[in-house]
Amino acid sequence: MKRRDFLKVCLAGGATATMGGLCGKAWGSTSFEGYPDGMGVLVDTTRCIGCRSCEAACNKEQKMPEPEVPFDDTSVFDETRRTDEKALTVVNRYIPKESDKGPVYRKQQCNHCNEPACLTSCFVNAYTKTKEGAVTYNPKICVGCRNCMIACPFNMPGYSYSSAFNPVVKKCIFCYDTRLKFGRPPACVDICPQEALTFGHRKDILKLAHERIRETPDRYYDHVYGENEVGGTSWLYISNINPDQLGMDTTLGNEPIISNVKDFLGTVPMVLTIWPALFTGIHLLATRNKDHHDDHTNHSEQEDGKP
Amino acid sequence: MFAQRLQFAGMFVALLLAMIPGSAQALSVPDTFPLNPKGTLYESFQFNHAKHIKLTRECSGCHHHTTGTLVEDPNCIRCHRNSSENKVVQCRGCHHEDPFSAATLREKNSNRNAYHQDKPGLKGAMHRNCIGCHTKVSRGPIGCNDCHKRKKAGDEFYYSGNFTPRGKPDKGEH
Repeated sequence: MKRRDFLKVCLAGGATATMGGLCGKAWGSTSFEGYPDGMGVLVDTTRCIGCRSCEAACNKEQKMPEPEVPFDDTSVFDETRRTDEKALTVVNRYIPKESDKGPVYRKQQCNHCNEPACLTSCFVNAYTKTKEGAVTYNPKICVGCRNCMIACPFNMPGYSYSSAFNPVVKKCIFCYDTRLKFGRPPACVDICPQEALTFGHRKDILKLAHERIRETPDRYYDHVYGENEVGGTSWLYISNINPDQLGMDTTLGNEPIISNVKDFLGTVPMVLTIWPALFTGIHLLATRNKDHHDDHTNHSEQEDGKP
Repeated sequence: MFAQRLQFAGMFVALLLAMIPGSAQALSVPDTFPLNPKGTLYESFQFNHAKHIKLTRECSGCHHHTTGTLVEDPNCIRCHRNSSENKVVQCRGCHHEDPFSAATLREKNSNRNAYHQDKPGLKGAMHRNCIGCHTKVSRGPIGCNDCHKRKKAGDEFYYSGNFTPRGKPDKGEH
């Protein structure tokens, strides 16, 4: 991004923020529950067998570099991995506390939040929440500040630390450019042999998730992770154990991350527009007499200095 | 001339087959038939149907309520106690080959009263049926290559076999 463009966007953004601030409260109190036709994926860990085919499919679809070990190598499960510049999705293995339950595999990738914290934190607007539900990312305008990596409650965005000259943020984009845009499921869903991943409209797969739990309560832990967490996510998870045991943060709450800063940010335009005028006025009022007094002092000093 | 006769004979046989009721056709199923015929990453392979009939005895174990013995699942019995046998008892008779395409999702949406909204696709149904049962009875293949051998394109896809990444340090050295 050129410096001039960046300044233009800043100016435009500042103007919008000021306008927003003026009609502030209405904007601040609404909540966004996702686009009506937004798509989503239901991850059912009770079906996953840990074959890592989704990782291979993602690697190919997104033209990622060669992995360190083959995608059929299960030794990677010995340690818990996270997503990074070379892998937009990873499968991890978790051993449940209950001894009668076998290992559980969980695929993780960007959850495509309804109100993404990465998008909120990005000051160059590199992120977009599309009407299909994907949170996409434009590397051309990213300045590499990595605010999104700090903001993401799921620690999903990775960063190409290996690139010295053009480092960018890397994350799952729901195969938006190549598939979702054309109404097709992402590559990981297509390849999954067990259909552990179910693709559909978010509102439909949410119903499916609750229906599976209702029909076979012995098979599931009664919680759909992502239904409400941080305002809801496009990717949902159901499992036979507490999400806590699957390395999922259960302390996030149901408020979108933006709610933590919305009130504060609403006051910024006010501070920027009203405060300078207000305090200049106060300053002028407060120093009017003082100026006079100062003159007098200076004058007397000069007089004192004369003899 | 001969080819024309053969064509007529073929049509006649097809007509005869169409007249036989569904149950009789199910009985005439071959002992083995190919699965994964269109596989790009894995080879097609012969499924031994006769062997599975001997081992399980209950058709409903795999075919639900569509053929042979009566359905046993108490949840299915509620509706399918007296269901007649289906004309098509192959998996793909009900399970979509492309379960998440826009057309399939549209079709699902247009028929919201249908009970089986959560019907798995063909690939999911077969893998879960096979692996699920083999795991339950601790018998039969479970690994990917145990049923279908991976093709060269599959090796390339998984970076395995001849396509294993080189020049990386072994795990043991760390």
